[in-house]
Amino acid sequence: MISKIDCFHCGAPCDSVPISFDEKPFCCNGCKAVYEILNENELSCYYDFEKSPGNIPAELKGKYDYLDNAKIVENLYDFIDDDICVITFYIPHIHCSSCIWVLENLEKLNSEIISGIVNFPKKEVRITFNNTKISLRQVVELLGSIGYEPYIRLEDTLNTKRKIDRSLIYKLGVAGFAFGNIMLLSFPEYFQANEFWLERYKPLFRNLIFLMSFPVVFYSANEYFISAYKGLKHNILNIDVPIALGISVLFIRSAVEIIFDLGQGYFDSLAGFVFFLLLGKIFQQQTYNYMSFERDYKSYFPIAVTKIDKDHTETNISIYDIDEGDRLLIRNEELIPVDGILINGNAQIDYSFVTGESLPVSKISGDKLFAGGKQLSGAIEMEVLQTVSQSYLTQLWSNDVFAKKQNYSIKTITDSISKKFTIIVLMIALFAGVFWYFKDATMIANVVTAVLIVACPCALALSAPFALGNMLRIFGNQKFYLKNAYVIEDLSKIDTIIFDKTGTITTNKTNISYEGMQLSKHDKQIVQNVLRESNHPLSRMLYDHLKDTIKMEVSNFKEIFGKGIQGVIDGKEVKLGSQSFVQNNDSYNFQTSIYVKINGIVKGSFIFENTYRKGIRDIFKDLSTDYKLGVLSGDNEGEKKYLEKILPKETELIFNKKPEDKLVYIEGQQKNNKKVLMVGDGLNDAGALAQSNVGIAVSENTNVFSPACDGIMDATIFARLPDFIRLAKSTINVIKISFVLSFLYNIIGMLFAITGNLSPIVAAILMPISSITIVIFVTFATNYVARKNIFV
Amino acid sequence: MNIVLFMIIVSLFIAIIFFILFIKSVKSGQYDDLYTPSVRMLFDDEIIEKKEDSLEDTKSINQINNE
Repeated sequence: MISKIDCFHCGAPCDSVPISFDEKPFCCNGCKAVYEILNENELSCYYDFEKSPGNIPAELKGKYDYLDNAKIVENLYDFIDDDICVITFYIPHIHCSSCIWVLENLEKLNSEIISGIVNFPKKEVRITFNNTKISLRQVVELLGSIGYEPYIRLEDTLNTKRKIDRSLIYKLGVAGFAFGNIMLLSFPEYFQANEFWLERYKPLFRNLIFLMSFPVVFYSANEYFISAYKGLKHNILNIDVPIALGISVLFIRSAVEIIFDLGQGYFDSLAGFVFFLLLGKIFQQQTYNYMSFERDYKSYFPIAVTKIDKDHTETNISIYDIDEGDRLLIRNEELIPVDGILINGNAQIDYSFVTGESLPVSKISGDKLFAGGKQLSGAIEMEVLQTVSQSYLTQLWSNDVFAKKQNYSIKTITDSISKKFTIIVLMIALFAGVFWYFKDATMIANVVTAVLIVACPCALALSAPFALGNMLRIFGNQKFYLKNAYVIEDLSKIDTIIFDKTGTITTNKTNISYEGMQLSKHDKQIVQNVLRESNHPLSRMLYDHLKDTIKMEVSNFKEIFGKGIQGVIDGKEVKLGSQSFVQNNDSYNFQTSIYVKINGIVKGSFIFENTYRKGIRDIFKDLSTDYKLGVLSGDNEGEKKYLEKILPKETELIFNKKPEDKLVYIEGQQKNNKKVLMVGDGLNDAGALAQSNVGIAVSENTNVFSPACDGIMDATIFARLPDFIRLAKSTINVIKISFVLSFLYNIIGMLFAITGNLSPIVAAILMPISSITIVIFVTFATNYVARKNIFV
Repeated sequence: MNIVLFMIIVSLFIAIIFFILFIKSVKSGQYDDLYTPSVRMLFDDEIIEKKEDSLEDTKSINQINNE
């Protein structure tokens, strides 16, 4: 055996005879072409940073013609002037230092490009070019020619650029600045009471501190007041209520102390409190900028289509300008944007992403085509029946689940505990007030405010953000990307798991096996030569599967649509197709297969089966002990028997479900108080993913193809789904333990407060210590449970 | 003794300068991408080095051709 040679450019294994150029092996001419371009332009260094960093360049001819239409692209630019324009492209392939290097040296390839600046975490490149010398289309095609095809989304052409919200960083900066300075100015009074110089400058120190506390309360902490107000308005005691209460009491009491010269106040505790809270907020805010969790059909649809006018001229129009009755040209590998009727061309439509059907279907002139299908063989012409918004697929998005807005219900573990917490704290304050009324009425205000200050749930409010934020990062490092930290909590609560079949528990590859009488080599060659004449997707797949062959002349070839093909080779009559066609009877089975008949003898059949992901059996077995499982498929029942064999008995298997049916099914489960985790992949699962408590999209390419969901999982780690769910549960346990810890701190503080001994220095020590120890505990504990769950 | 007052004013002044610089740097987008600059910084040398190499290559090719 010759050892496998990997392509120098893209790293894919080469065929038996690699294309050799410059003494380097290439898997295809595309890769070789990229190498040549880079080599000619002094960019061969590209291959030095990273081994085989490249991507096979896609065929772009005609694909980006619409970029010449100024109206369509006007919103794409960041900046445009007479001769300079700036545009930001999202390029999924950006993945290593070589990518950064080559994209920042584009001017070597074309001198009209002024600069390229890569934002690696976002997988974006910002290109400045001279638009009088080079058009946008040429820039895109240049990028495409070296394997960096940008991904231009329909929504990019619609709305204006989103703004980056940096207010949280500003708030943290203000709080941090005030915290540090207030602490420094407070120190002298803590340690050197009644000292001469101190007494003299005390008013100055105190007033400076007072002054600095204003931006902290009214700017940095403003969101807590807003959130608490909204919560109270909806009769909900969320965690922000005790926080806002604590901040207000801290500020008012301290202000009173300073104004009436009663003491120095608790301003350093106040600033530190806000600072730590904001720190937790930032930590939790891990976002995967380059991923979108809000995708709908707009992300998949082409931006523009080619319209054929009556006089046969082709124009590019935005898909929103498509009208009923228009004629459209759909090229190879393009998506059908609207429902319509096929006029001419050889249509092989892959609907797997939209309906879950695993195999492409052929259509003939006059057949109806649905939006969302992908044309697989050559260009076709179609006539539009419905506009984009009216099409079958897009109708799914008019469902209510896609319109849901954030509702103010108690969702998080922190909020649910804060409700009890707030009530208890208010009770304690009341009792302490009553007690001191009888003992020493002058102490009431002092004690009650002290109780409320101590009750400030700093440590409590920090536990969840740090635990969940850290876990979010750990998940992300394992290629499981969650929309936000709350998903971990939701994931820990689920009790029902529903899987989609096509693309989720199966891979996109199809496995072909043969059953029946042994076929001789000659027979196989005959079969393959007949297959070559056919464009049916199954024929193409089987043809590729049979591999090398000698070309033979086929006579009397006939294709009977929806049934099969026949032809004569070397005087042998060959019939290939469905069972009913080949055996001349009415038998029908669900399995996708091609029967073979040579010279009147039925030899056997080729069976097409989905390849299931590795470890499917183990995942289901593992999960079946704790969860109710189900498989929900848009495909037919062909694989039911096989699934029954490999999956646990209790697993519910449901087939022939349309996208809306899936949504309704999930809704039904939820009505029975089930918390449902939906694992899907395609647009056909979009409704179910949105309806479910947690929707996870499994994706072979996490950068591009996934519908709206709560989490995106790289297909390679699918087998570890049970581990992730377990980990989510452990995270919640860690948070609960840290709650106990923070209550202990509150109790200690409460003892000081009730006895009337909470001096500013006690508060200033207790508050940071409790916060820091909680953060340290939570970080270590989450890392520990993550390691325990096999993640290294 | 007024030195205390003076020092406090100076220290606060310096702190405020740094604070303004921080706000400015955030505004300019310096903290938006924390990864790419760390990689980019390593490149500059490589390009020049490689350029010289390729120049030498063409030179040597020219020399061979001339011979």
